[in-house]
Amino acid sequence: MLGQILYALPFLAQGFALTLWVSLLVVVLSLIAGVLMGVGLVYGPVPLRWAVRIFSDTIRGIPILVLIFFVYYGLPAVGVHLQSFWAAVLALTLFKTAQVVEYLRGAVASIPKGQSEAAMAIGLTFRQRLAYVIFPQAFRRFLPPWINGVTDAVKGSALVSLLGITDLMQAINQVIGRTYEAMPLYIFGALVYFAVNYALSLASRRLERRFSFIRE
Amino acid sequence: MGYALNFNLIWRHFDKLWGGLLLSLELAVISIAIGIVIGLLLAVWYVSAGRMVRAGIAAYVEFIRNVPLILLVYLVFYGLPTVVDIAYSAQTSFIATLSLYSGAYLVEVFRSGLEAVPRGQIDAGKAIGLTPWQRLIHVRLPTMLRITLPALSNTFISLFKDTSVASVISVPELTYGAQWINFNTFRIVEVYLVVTAMYLLTGYALLFALRLVERRFRAAR
Repeated sequence: MLGQILYALPFLAQGFALTLWVSLLVVVLSLIAGVLMGVGLVYGPVPLRWAVRIFSDTIRGIPILVLIFFVYYGLPAVGVHLQSFWAAVLALTLFKTAQVVEYLRGAVASIPKGQSEAAMAIGLTFRQRLAYVIFPQAFRRFLPPWINGVTDAVKGSALVSLLGITDLMQAINQVIGRTYEAMPLYIFGALVYFAVNYALSLASRRLERRFSFIRE
Repeated sequence: MGYALNFNLIWRHFDKLWGGLLLSLELAVISIAIGIVIGLLLAVWYVSAGRMVRAGIAAYVEFIRNVPLILLVYLVFYGLPTVVDIAYSAQTSFIATLSLYSGAYLVEVFRSGLEAVPRGQIDAGKAIGLTPWQRLIHVRLPTMLRITLPALSNTFISLFKDTSVASVISVPELTYGAQWINFNTFRIVEVYLVVTAMYLLTGYALLFALRLVERRFRAAR
């Protein structure tokens, strides 16, 4: 039983590497897109605010699985051809971006208005206000939930196995297809996902405690 | 582009989607009902138990929360029958999985809810001579449920979306219906547009209805 897992270990490790690679891409891309859109939601002109609001509420209102299938099967139908890997990354990034938008909105909203007014009073430009006053403070509110939310990207990445991408989940299913050792392999996989995500959520909790001295 | 939208085939097979939506709701309702029972029992046990039991409950909660739902679904449907001698349908298997899944989230919700019950209420219960059991049933649980109602409705809506994972073991819920139409008619964009609208409308209708319920039962300030 353990022999089967040991024998398949290099293959499973490859799948795990792909899971991490997908998650990393999704986390980085969604961070960039989400912060930009979040700033648009909080400070942008009304049409932009509406656009971001509709985007975020739509994406968060449907299952990730539907989003993944929509992007994967839908894009080629309208003439956009992406490799399945990139279709998966795109779908998961859309999902994560909507989350990041909400984290950012919440973090910025938690900064008292006086901070921004004081910055205005001493003549800082909009960019300076964001860079020197709002973001440094909002960062401490943003970081803990964001790190915790990275686990959603790792967990969500298991769904890309349905597109035939050999991530950890798919690697496990393939090894089971060959060995019929379903239970040990699923438990092994669960423990691997657990180790990654639990480490992330512990980090998030620790940061939250570290920043808890801040009173507004 | 060159893709002309044509919804005719979607309407012809709409029963697949409508039946799927009803099944999704059914799966979510049954699972949260069982999840609430699991969550309540474990939360009450947790706050009164010793270190070992607490560690056990925390392990269950952390395990479920940190493993992808799809893996849990596979584990229960394909893995479990290989080690224990039981047979169940895909639907039963998914309900069991989603119940355990929602139970783990609800333990946390109820546990923090129990901690948020004002001390004065419990003391008042003591003062009028209620036993610990009566205090739990008549004082702590009702107040806790009012406090946790918003978190409860959020969990329910998120479970409704999670039922889409049942499609991977061929439970004919809404996402499965979408896949079926996708593969059989190739009206890909149309079917996912319709299904997106169905998830959104149902989700927001539920949210609206549950907010009304919350307002009715809001904890007294």
